Amino acid sequence: MAEFLMPSLGADMADGRLVTWLKKPGDRVQRGDIIAEVETDKGVIEVEVFTSGTVEKLLVEEGTKVPVGVALALIREGVSEGSAPAAPKRAEPPVRPASAVQAKPPPAFAPASAPPPASALASAPPPPAATPQPARLRLSPAARRLARELGLDPTGARGSGPDGALTRADIEALAKARHPAPEPEPSAPAPRPAPERAESRRATSAGPENLALRMRQAIAAAMSRSNREIPHYYVAHTIDMTIALDWLTETNAARPIAERILPGALLLKAVALALVDYPEFNGRWENDQLVSNSRINVGSAISLRNGGLVIPAILETDQRSLDELMHKLQDVVERARRGQLRSSELSEGTITVTSLGERGVQSVYGVIYPPQVALVGFGKVTERPWVSAGHVVPRPLLDVTLAADHRASDGHRGALFLAKIEKLLLEPEAL
Amino acid sequence: MTEDQIRTQLFAAITKVAPEADPASIPADADIREELDIDSMDFLNIMQALHRALDIDIPERDYPKLFSIASALEYLSHKS
Repeated sequence: MAEFLMPSLGADMADGRLVTWLKKPGDRVQRGDIIAEVETDKGVIEVEVFTSGTVEKLLVEEGTKVPVGVALALIREGVSEGSAPAAPKRAEPPVRPASAVQAKPPPAFAPASAPPPASALASAPPPPAATPQPARLRLSPAARRLARELGLDPTGARGSGPDGALTRADIEALAKARHPAPEPEPSAPAPRPAPERAESRRATSAGPENLALRMRQAIAAAMSRSNREIPHYYVAHTIDMTIALDWLTETNAARPIAERILPGALLLKAVALALVDYPEFNGRWENDQLVSNSRINVGSAISLRNGGLVIPAILETDQRSLDELMHKLQDVVERARRGQLRSSELSEGTITVTSLGERGVQSVYGVIYPPQVALVGFGKVTERPWVSAGHVVPRPLLDVTLAADHRASDGHRGALFLAKIEKLLLEPEAL
Repeated sequence: MTEDQIRTQLFAAITKVAPEADPASIPADADIREELDIDSMDFLNIMQALHRALDIDIPERDYPKLFSIASALEYLSHKS
């Protein structure tokens, strides 16, 4: 019997609130199925199960806040694809009231039911704790400001924008329709989970302002820890992108619009392939030593329009074609901005890539997400003077930087790693 | 397709990517990317949405011609 545990979705995640069970006792589950939704500082995350079998028992009630590592359900392992589904059992009432739930010590991270990398990450929860998602309540900064000015609580309202997003006009209409309600107190008790699943998928115990504060606090905690514990060093390298961009232009010209590739996919793939030769940048610092990760899962920093950022990882980045990477990237960006990321995407990143070039930044010197040991930054591709064969010529140049943990690697290897990225980008057709 | 119909599709494509945006309030000649703080992925999604809605091909080299509401309308009207 395997335990399905409250997962750790970041280095500083201490607990989470079980919002909704998406499976019930008797249901068969396959590795990777989404079994529950959990509210964290990042918002509501879809949590996958990493054991195939049958749900034996739910141990925690919806709405209960439990520490990371506590068993949430029991999964009977080994049900084959072809076997008859287990007879649904009448669910025994979950037995753990919120106040009684205690974190198990170390066994909480037992590999039996934790995500595979979590077993590898046993005592060190995986990276981007500082990657909160926006509140499920969708409203623009302008609409939020107006709601605040009017003393209006729009929680539960559905707007006229896509996916029910609230616009300024919606807020104005709401204000006319309702008596102004006071802004919820941050310390207000959490509402009970909504009875309907569709509703509970959007329910959070925190209002948007409170959640934004929690996001900021999570980022602050992770970044403070990083700067406190990790001796960073930085190296930078300038890459002539002429060949890569020419290849991309030519490739995209022959493709329908839905199959075009953005330069970002090339950069992700180049980083992932370079890590094969330089695994010390794809590890984690644990118990005073570098521990290698067996898989290369590159996380991309994605800024959220209402503030904050998330760093979902594309699993096994090095194994994917450029087309796959492009589609994955497109999918993950879209879901990140909708607040529909999955637990594995947030918990299994092994290195982070951040690109701020589109905002005009020439070079990025990032802060490593612990327990990762490296972060790669890409700046803006700009046409600048470049010396080639004795001539100064204008070339599209890209600055790539590496922020690395000096406990795990040295600058010499960092420089070689960046040179490898350059070499890979000089042969884009091989990516 | 009339310009109003194209405008409707253009605004729908924008608000799908940036739900908080009010395209009607964007100055016609302003750079959409700067106005809405959208990146190349968002822009590609807008191009793909327009391709689906209007059934036209938009070559990558033409992307700069769609930098503003006004220029996009002109380009799309010409292509439709």
